[in-house]
Amino acid sequence: MLKFLAKGLVRDRSRSFFPILIIAAGVMLTVIFYSWLNGYINMLIEDNARFDTGHVKIVTRAYNELIDQKPYDLAMMNVGHRIETLSRDYPQIQWQPRIYFGGILDVPDENKETLKQGKVAGLGVNLLNSNFERDILNLEQAIKQGKMPSKLGEILISRDIAEKLGIQINDEVTMFGSTMYGSITMQNFIVSGIVVFGVQILDKGAVIIDISDVRKFLDMEDSASEILGFIPKYNEAATYQISAEFNEQNSDPTEEFSEIMIPLKDQGQMAFMINVIDQRMGMFIFIFIFVMSLVLWNSGLMNGIRRYGEIGVRLAIGESKGHIYRSLILESIIIGITATIIGTGIGLIFAFMLQHYGINISSFMKDAEVIMNSTMRAQITPSCYVIGFIPGVFASIIGACFAGIGIYRRNTAQLFKELET
Amino acid sequence: MKENFIEIKHVKKEYPMGTNKFVALKDIDLNFSEGEFTGIVGPSGSGKTTLLNIIGSLDSQSEGEVIVLGYEVADLSSSKSARMRSENIGFIFQTYNLLPVYTVFENVEFPLLLLRINKNERIKLVTEALKWVGLLDKIKSRPSQISGGECQRVAIARAIVKKPKLVLADEPTANLDADNSHNILKTMKKINEETGTTFIFATHDAKVIKYLKRKITLLDGSVAKDELVNGG
Ligand SMILES: Nc1ncnc2c1ncn2[C@@H]1O[C@H](COP(=O)(O)OP(=O)(O)OP(=O)(O)O)[C@@H](O)[C@H]1O
Ligand SMILES: [Mg+2]
Repeated sequence: MLKFLAKGLVRDRSRSFFPILIIAAGVMLTVIFYSWLNGYINMLIEDNARFDTGHVKIVTRAYNELIDQKPYDLAMMNVGHRIETLSRDYPQIQWQPRIYFGGILDVPDENKETLKQGKVAGLGVNLLNSNFERDILNLEQAIKQGKMPSKLGEILISRDIAEKLGIQINDEVTMFGSTMYGSITMQNFIVSGIVVFGVQILDKGAVIIDISDVRKFLDMEDSASEILGFIPKYNEAATYQISAEFNEQNSDPTEEFSEIMIPLKDQGQMAFMINVIDQRMGMFIFIFIFVMSLVLWNSGLMNGIRRYGEIGVRLAIGESKGHIYRSLILESIIIGITATIIGTGIGLIFAFMLQHYGINISSFMKDAEVIMNSTMRAQITPSCYVIGFIPGVFASIIGACFAGIGIYRRNTAQLFKELET
Repeated sequence: MKENFIEIKHVKKEYPMGTNKFVALKDIDLNFSEGEFTGIVGPSGSGKTTLLNIIGSLDSQSEGEVIVLGYEVADLSSSKSARMRSENIGFIFQTYNLLPVYTVFENVEFPLLLLRINKNERIKLVTEALKWVGLLDKIKSRPSQISGGECQRVAIARAIVKKPKLVLADEPTANLDADNSHNILKTMKKINEETGTTFIFATHDAKVIKYLKRKITLLDGSVAKDELVNGG
């Protein structure tokens, strides 16, 4: 019977061509959209990882409780040893210590009297003994004036602060703050460069200093607020596995200064954002199935009317209504699968091009390309190969189900008579 | 021969027509025996098709009883009546109604697929049926590639391939020229004589009459005459 139906579909183009065309087009859009969204999520993840979360992040449990306030008095100790162990256990991952802190930047006049003052948000990272952070933070591109710090005692400041406080390259500025243990501290820095990231939080009051200067300044020898881990290629499962492993060995819930590793997706808003995007995808597929079903229902109806003659004869020959109905659905499954394969194939070709070439959106972003990737790319994952089957086959079946109801609504005699006319 | 092969008792058929009802069959009483070769004749609108459809369980009567092969047709569910048709009744139509996308062979094979007959048996039965109607050389053709007379012969093969007890034919010759009509009728008659299959026709074609063994005349939904003819 399956063979019989398949023959009918192949020979009667009008039975298969239009539905296949519609479904394949829809499936193609789904695959492109889905892989595009994959690429977008991936970009979001990478951008967040670079500036905030890492692919995994290690902090103390106490710090984690208040992580939004970046409380460096709850930072980790013995960071050198920790990074050594980590690098041995997970050599494929790059481990980078960071310190976030707040302070006051003071611009003195010729008499060393305060001329102007402003609050700043400081970031201490490895600037001097490796290029990793420089590349991750895209500093080359962010520096609009001056250059990277090349020795201790040099500082990068955001353009907003420079303008507000009237600071020039090579000016000397004084940073005031409180140490990890709460006492007042101050240190002088030479401004080596002025940076613009293109996002407000960073541009408003950021200063970037080599982490060893920050450690000295805040009395945080061998400490760090956070250690970020970067995998060469992000893999959600791996981040969870590594985190579980690490926490099993090192994390003690009863010990507030024990360390805890948190995968990217469990940090802050990431899980929420990714879920929202996944939901959008779900919505898209649902709407798509709905619209396609309506279209296919209609084409199925038209086709059905054209086929009442055939249906009438089949009833007369002794096929039951249920059997005919099921055979129409079987046809729709064959059509759905065929169309999905075609649509997925074409969709993947486009998705591949979007993955390979990407679309440059830097003209929409002003300076934000420092933080955000300016090339949007699709990303093909294994699920791209199968995602199309959900809308493709479902829409086809649902369309046929609705269209076929006519067979039940009309009585046999009526269907049979339509073949006479 | 079984006497009560088909029994029709006080059958009435009404069609709703606006607020009124149109009576297509009024109080029909008829019996058919196995092996008959019978024509229902009468002018257009006299109720021939309606009666045939009721016998074939494609339609149901408004009143009265119809028993076909021992089944009370009105009591059968739609799937049971489909099964009954599938196993026992072959249909032939004025307009052939072959499935256009399938070949001659596949058209004749279709009823056997519904009966889940295995492939070797199907090939044997289809070949046999096509031999009856003399179309073995056209098995790969599509309906659009053969003449009307040949189409009707395919339709006959399709009706008899499952060796049904009863064949119902509604105006089988109406679209055919004289030669083809005689040809078809001879074939059906031969099948009737050699296999004992019962044939009931609805027709107003005079050419058919001389082949019949029994002639039932309908007028305005009533049996006007029921006679044996041609020495039947
Ligand atoms: N579905 C229907 N609704 C209303 N009236 C109907 C319906 N089907 C048939 N009729 C009427 O019932 C009567 C008998 O119709 P039927 O088709 O049985 O006639 P017939 O003898 O086969 O005619 P013909 O020789 O033209 O085929 C006709 O007057 C027809 O108009
Ligand atoms: Mg008629």
